[in-house]
Amino acid sequence: MSVRTESPETRVEPARKRRTLPPLLVHVLAAAGALAVVVALTLVTDEFTNLRIATIGYYLIAVAGLTLLTGLTGQVSLGHGAFMFIGAYTVALLVRRVPSFPLWADLLLASAAGGLAGLLAGAAAARLRGPYLAGATLALAVGLPALTRKFPDFLGGSNGIDFTVHSRPAGIGVPELRWQTWIVWLSVLLALVLVVNIVRGRLGRDFRAVRDDEVAAALSGIAVGRTKILAFLVSAVCGGLAGGLQAFLLGTAAPGSFTPALSLSLLAAVVLGGLGSLWGALWGAVALVYFQAWSEDLADVLHLNTDVANNLPLAVYGVILIVVVLAFPRGIQGGFHRLGAHLKSIRRGGKA
Amino acid sequence: MQDFFDLTLGGISAGAVYAALGLALVIIYRATRVVNFAQPALALISTYLAYSVTKATGSYWLGFAVAIVAGTVLGVATERLLVRPLRHRSELSSIIVTLGLLLVLQAVAGMIWSNEPLAFPYAFDFRGRFSANDLFVVLVVLAIAGLVLVLFKYTPLGLRMRAAAFAPEVARTLGVRVGLMLTAGWGLAAAVGSLAGLLATPPFLFPNVLDGVFVYALTAAVLGGLDNPLGTIAGGFVLGVGLSYVSGYFGPEMVTIAALAILVIVLTLRPSGLFGRAKVRRV
Repeated sequence: MSVRTESPETRVEPARKRRTLPPLLVHVLAAAGALAVVVALTLVTDEFTNLRIATIGYYLIAVAGLTLLTGLTGQVSLGHGAFMFIGAYTVALLVRRVPSFPLWADLLLASAAGGLAGLLAGAAAARLRGPYLAGATLALAVGLPALTRKFPDFLGGSNGIDFTVHSRPAGIGVPELRWQTWIVWLSVLLALVLVVNIVRGRLGRDFRAVRDDEVAAALSGIAVGRTKILAFLVSAVCGGLAGGLQAFLLGTAAPGSFTPALSLSLLAAVVLGGLGSLWGALWGAVALVYFQAWSEDLADVLHLNTDVANNLPLAVYGVILIVVVLAFPRGIQGGFHRLGAHLKSIRRGGKA
Repeated sequence: MQDFFDLTLGGISAGAVYAALGLALVIIYRATRVVNFAQPALALISTYLAYSVTKATGSYWLGFAVAIVAGTVLGVATERLLVRPLRHRSELSSIIVTLGLLLVLQAVAGMIWSNEPLAFPYAFDFRGRFSANDLFVVLVVLAIAGLVLVLFKYTPLGLRMRAAAFAPEVARTLGVRVGLMLTAGWGLAAAVGSLAGLLATPPFLFPNVLDGVFVYALTAAVLGGLDNPLGTIAGGFVLGVGLSYVSGYFGPEMVTIAALAILVIVLTLRPSGLFGRAKVRRV
């Protein structure tokens, strides 16, 4: 694989002298810190920015899942929007049909539904490679949203399903949207703790071994097929959760939100952030939200007509995919990494 | 029974289009081991150009000719500018770059011609069971497929193209201009792809019109084994008829899912396609 996917995680850390905390605890503490930062950010920004922060949240977990699959395990998926679709419709249906369920149960079931679909997709995908897998997952992204028209009574047809969730407890005096943003980020960070733990652990090593050389991985006792299916499962759970959170935030699940273009823009975010780096997923998610916002602003400033304005974000994502792969295969995180190494070498040079 | 007959005939002309677009994918895959995910977008831009030319001049056939030429030029440009720089990189790189081009070109089409559906004409009368237009579609695709097969098999140019694809080093030693041959392959494929676009688009033209057709074409190509043109053409017709039954008996919304199911089942049983030869992967 010559898209360079080396990332900080793949390097062997030098033995540290001081005793370190257990990794899970470190990750939980980091997540708590991140949640504090998000809460602080939502308190000092307006409602509009709150919505953008929440949007970054659910894109982050979707992109992180795809990073795990494509960057770390080397399986390309052009159908991740389909898992988001499943998560979103699970939440919408549960809220409408089983209103007694608490929100956390809805979100958990959305992740589980995504995971189930991922398990099926993974079982098929474990036998496919490269372009075959890309084609099959693209078919999933094109075909699944069409089912809403097949079952208009159950899935609401082209208009989808609208619903309202009252998730905010009575005593808390914050605006609804701010509360929702906190819920989104709490769920995302909990899921990310699990993902990071998987990536840094034994399973993560198996993923990378399968990506780098399947035969060598099999020879060292890794069950290649099972590992690939597990990667799809984890990745689809993330996609299902992302879709569930999107539906929760917007109060609607509609087929128009889950076009193949969504799946491709998720891939663009993974590539832009830096294949194989979970930090890259954060930059990718921020980019997805802000490129959309900036292109709207730009269209406004330049008085572009609506045809141009509507299509500008997709054109930008497409250009990103091309330019990053041709010129900066390691993405934003790769750039940061190089910058860090450069600074370190300067500092070392200064001391000598 | 009447239904069954109608569905079969409808499936044959739909299948012809899948076969043609699948053939475009296979020509490129054979030449450069790249699945061209931008193929529907190249065909889309050509079809929009045909729309504009037809609208300006009133001649369908002038638009038709412009589309084929434009498709060829786009294919050549794609190979030279985007695919060639990646020839020593991974499969994933070329998949991502062609997908990027797909997004850009679909967005550009939306910017210039808007996302609203435009009426796009059939070549011939399309009314009735197995209309004149259906006959035209099937005959054109069979003729083009025949020409491509003859070109590859019996002409010096085809021999050079095959040599450049399968043994570039040896071919270069023998004086074949390998780069030029690969570019020619892309140009030829994109021309065939544009033809498929012109046949698949009517009655309405919009930026995502070829997404579904592309999925079916890819399925047809995979059924054929991705580097087997004859298998792909057969796969296209079989798939067209099969999906026509699915559409007729289970509803048009189920067609893409059915194509996915066929794809997964076939690849699970025969990982190199129905007509493909198992290939040994070098580690």
